[in-house]
Amino acid sequence: MRTLTRTPEFRQEPDKAVEQTLPLFPERASSVAGGVDAFFLMLVIVAVFFSVLIGVAIFYLSFKYRRRPGNQLGDLVPGSQVLEITWMVIPFMIAMVLFAWGAKLYVTMRQSPSDALEIYVVGKQWMWKIQHADGRREFNELHVPVNRDVQLTMISEDVIHDFFVPAFRVKMDVLPGRYTTLWFRATKTGRYHLFCSQYCGTNHSLMGGWVIVMEPSEYQAWLAGGSNGESPEAAGQRLFTQLACAACHGEGPGPGPRAPSLAGLYRSTVKLSDGRTVAADDAYLRESILDPGAKIVAGYDNIMPTFQGTVSEDQLVQLFAYIKSMGSQPAQGGSGETGRTAPAARAEPAAPVQ
Amino acid sequence: MERSGALFGHFRDLDQQKQTASLGMWVFLMTEVMFFGGLFLAYTIYRWKYHDAFGAASRELDVSLGAINTGVLILSSFTMALGVWASEMRKRKLLCIFLIATMVLGGVFLTVKGFEYAQKFEHHLVPGPNFVFPGPESQHAEIFFALYFLMTGMHAVHMIIGEGLLLVLLIYAWKGSFTGGYNAPIENGGLYWHFVDIVWIFLFPLLYLIDLHH
Amino acid sequence: MSTTNANPPPATSPPQMPRENYLNANYGIRSWLFTTDHKRIGLLYLFSVTFYFALGGFFALLIRLQLLTPQGWLVGPDTYNRLFTMHGVIMIFFFLIPSIPSVLGNFLIPLMIGAKDLAFPKLNLLSWYIFNIGAAFALYSIVTGGIDTGWTFYTPYSSIYSNSQVSAAVIGIFITGFSSILTGLNFIVTVHTMRAPGMTWWRLPIFVWSHYATSIIMILGTPVLAITLLMVAAERLLHLGVFDPRLGGDPLLFQHLFWFYSHPAVYIMILPAMGVTTEIVATFARKNLYGYKAVAIASLGIAVIGFLVWGHHMFVAGTSIYAAMIFSLLSYLVAIPSAVKVFNWTATLYRGSVSWQTPMLYALGFIGLFVIGGMTGLFLASMGADVHVHDTYFVIAHFHYIMVGGAVMGYLGGLHYWWPKITGRMYPEMLSRAAAIILFVGFNLTFFPQFVLGYLGMPRRYATYPPEFQVLNVFSTAGASILGLGYLLPIIYFIWSMRYGPVAGPNPWPATGLEWQTSSPPPTENFETTPIVTWEPYDFEHRPDLGLPKPERAKRKPLEAPGLELGE
Repeated sequence: MRTLTRTPEFRQEPDKAVEQTLPLFPERASSVAGGVDAFFLMLVIVAVFFSVLIGVAIFYLSFKYRRRPGNQLGDLVPGSQVLEITWMVIPFMIAMVLFAWGAKLYVTMRQSPSDALEIYVVGKQWMWKIQHADGRREFNELHVPVNRDVQLTMISEDVIHDFFVPAFRVKMDVLPGRYTTLWFRATKTGRYHLFCSQYCGTNHSLMGGWVIVMEPSEYQAWLAGGSNGESPEAAGQRLFTQLACAACHGEGPGPGPRAPSLAGLYRSTVKLSDGRTVAADDAYLRESILDPGAKIVAGYDNIMPTFQGTVSEDQLVQLFAYIKSMGSQPAQGGSGETGRTAPAARAEPAAPVQ
Repeated sequence: MERSGALFGHFRDLDQQKQTASLGMWVFLMTEVMFFGGLFLAYTIYRWKYHDAFGAASRELDVSLGAINTGVLILSSFTMALGVWASEMRKRKLLCIFLIATMVLGGVFLTVKGFEYAQKFEHHLVPGPNFVFPGPESQHAEIFFALYFLMTGMHAVHMIIGEGLLLVLLIYAWKGSFTGGYNAPIENGGLYWHFVDIVWIFLFPLLYLIDLHH
Repeated sequence: MSTTNANPPPATSPPQMPRENYLNANYGIRSWLFTTDHKRIGLLYLFSVTFYFALGGFFALLIRLQLLTPQGWLVGPDTYNRLFTMHGVIMIFFFLIPSIPSVLGNFLIPLMIGAKDLAFPKLNLLSWYIFNIGAAFALYSIVTGGIDTGWTFYTPYSSIYSNSQVSAAVIGIFITGFSSILTGLNFIVTVHTMRAPGMTWWRLPIFVWSHYATSIIMILGTPVLAITLLMVAAERLLHLGVFDPRLGGDPLLFQHLFWFYSHPAVYIMILPAMGVTTEIVATFARKNLYGYKAVAIASLGIAVIGFLVWGHHMFVAGTSIYAAMIFSLLSYLVAIPSAVKVFNWTATLYRGSVSWQTPMLYALGFIGLFVIGGMTGLFLASMGADVHVHDTYFVIAHFHYIMVGGAVMGYLGGLHYWWPKITGRMYPEMLSRAAAIILFVGFNLTFFPQFVLGYLGMPRRYATYPPEFQVLNVFSTAGASILGLGYLLPIIYFIWSMRYGPVAGPNPWPATGLEWQTSSPPPTENFETTPIVTWEPYDFEHRPDLGLPKPERAKRKPLEAPGLELGE
């Protein structure tokens, strides 16, 4: 029998959020938590109602019609089509109300607002690597400002993981080979559990940490405070040079010798050789680097080599940071599979778009 | 429960027995549709996702060998159907000839398939550490070949089982078991063989004929 | 239903064991291992599934012991991951899926429809051997280190990263799947072609309807699991990498294929238990089932709609919002036929003669716990609430309410109800009632706290957890020990009853089904002459042969109402 020799730090400290008088639900620390709890309460009421209804009916009928000397045989009771239909229709209507309520809640939870603060998350067995846009990296902890929309763009280096913050009521699987996104707006400062909630191997139960919500000023201070070496843009630029991307893409605003320019590319719309137009979001950038033949820009040849196996997920994030620093289009709502909202008005220098 | 002639003891009469056996074979074939269905679904998703890579990989397959095999298998279904007819006509020797013909044609199919597989080995098109495919989308092509081997391999397994089934039927047919009025096993064996044929009819175009003329 | 040999008049002397029955028709191990008698095969399955239930239960015990402390005091994470995986794999594939169909279904369906055996007796025996061969592979994978992928085998963990005995285990499940397919095939064909004269579709007992619906799921769903697991094994053993993300493989493809079977699989587990419950409620209320046609059609409805909801396991897996909406809507729809059944069972008690003997305790317990489990399913079907509780203990509580509170209670209720038919003997009533109550209490204490744990945020498959979750975990483990005790009792008194239990006679309850029209235990060929059926199902009213005195009630509402369809 082997026991753990070391209890991870985050296990030793209980989440104060749960130490309440009636610990039936975690602390509500996000903009959707109240809505989720209200919906949950509705579901509880419906569940209790029907459970009690059936329970009471069974006890009552069993007692009233109990077997005794004068009652050794039941009556042949004819059915009623009206009753059958009634007790199909009423549950159906309740079900549809619950469905619609839940669907509405879910759509809100899946569609990141535009101009959310973007943070990249890379999950791997058995830790979380978090990259803030401006440079700070952290492990197993996520610092965010309170009352600010935050969007996490996440990917796994190996197996499927899941990013779960009970206090925010949000959760999303983190997949290998594909970005998924999760957004939230924290409404209370504090420390909240972060759990991996998709089984991922030996230390699945240890793959977690804390989400730390801070006042905006504290968050800015925290961001500035830790310089873990070079910013992701600088790292991305270094990679760009190392991998000789400029040989085809060039370095200036105009098209490169053999490949489209990357200035102003991020979030623009790109016309492809097969006639389609696609948005140059994170998924597009990632695919272009790892599987360049999948989408060819109109007017160019399929000559870009693949960098699969050469760049890691972290390095991809750094390259994106560098590409973004070359100019990007205004946000059109969250990347990935989210819906579209009106683009935020932003004063940005006009950048050439392919 | 005892058996009297062809009739098993738990049935009322031969009619019920024949109905039961037939329904049983049809239900079983439905399960086989679902079984292959999973593979066809995987193929469909990846063909949609990696359209060009699948096309390029498909062009590595030998269409003429595939076409020969298609013809062989269709012919074998024909000989099988003739065998069923022969059993209804109570012609024992003819039934045996057609069963043997079906088995031989099935054997031809498997031999050609074996030859194709050997070719794949030589050309480094078997997924795994030795897989080599020119071009930028070699990983997606590797998925194509994984599906190729899974689908044709599963089909070949069913053909081999079919050959075994035909052998058993042949032995009983030689003894005259199916030319005395009750031929349900031949009919149901025929159903199975036709099903295996139909699976190939789907496999051939999906694997060999996509993007033939790029 | 009348037969050509009428039921003997109520005995004045205690019933006797029939001189020749299927149990003593021949002796020796070979007469059992090579039998084609569906009744003996049912008992062979009883032996096998009981063994696997005990094994799966043993793993459950270790899991609950481990979770007594937050740091996990009993085993390390690698071992724990194997414990919960093996618990799930064994309980689902080697206990729950076969249990009622292979034990009770095999035994009873030919009797209930008036046939001498199933359509394919030899295939029936083959399916038992296939079950055990597959189980042997699973046992091999356990003793050589176990598997640690979770019973859901998500890729790429299972196909690439896990170092455990995945291939052996999935091959074992693949093989055992064919046992399920053959059983389903046998049942479907049997019900179509082997019914006795007069046994029309609308006279079939609901137990048969339920198994017919179950069999549809078995034959259409299981092959998809089979090919999916085969693909995982092929990726591990032959490098045929269909799921490998490094080649462009899609991790969601596995999930879609897996859940396409595994969701309908849960209906395989619950529908037979619903059939059992229906039989018991009608018998122990001594009246007709309310809404017979509605219940029969609802069984089919559950099977059909059950194939359309698998995506509700994937609301946070990275699927599109639109897909999630469709699956959520359909998941709510599938609750409706289950609700219809619950209402009809409850209504059956109205104007009945209700007795709370042990089988009825299990049936009523089933209804109560199934309602709770089913209602919590609504939480999971809703996209908005599911995000929070997905992959937490809320899900674990939900499915244990249905599978243990539902399916296992149904199985035990069925064993008790038909024990006299199977063995000719009665079990001790007081002890069996005590066991049922112990099980009910232990079960709720074990699993209700897990709903709370889940909403608080405790994820599933955790070997260690934050300390604030400990109190609820301790409650749950305490309940589990009571539950374990409850399961031991029936094993003991059932074995005891086979030698010392009072002789039951052909129809001890009494009940209306055809199976009660033959001796207990039945002869090998089931009926001395082929029955001819003229009675409607559960028609206690027109069965003087059951020897039940008419009630002393003055008023009687008119009994026949014309033009009713769904109701009767």
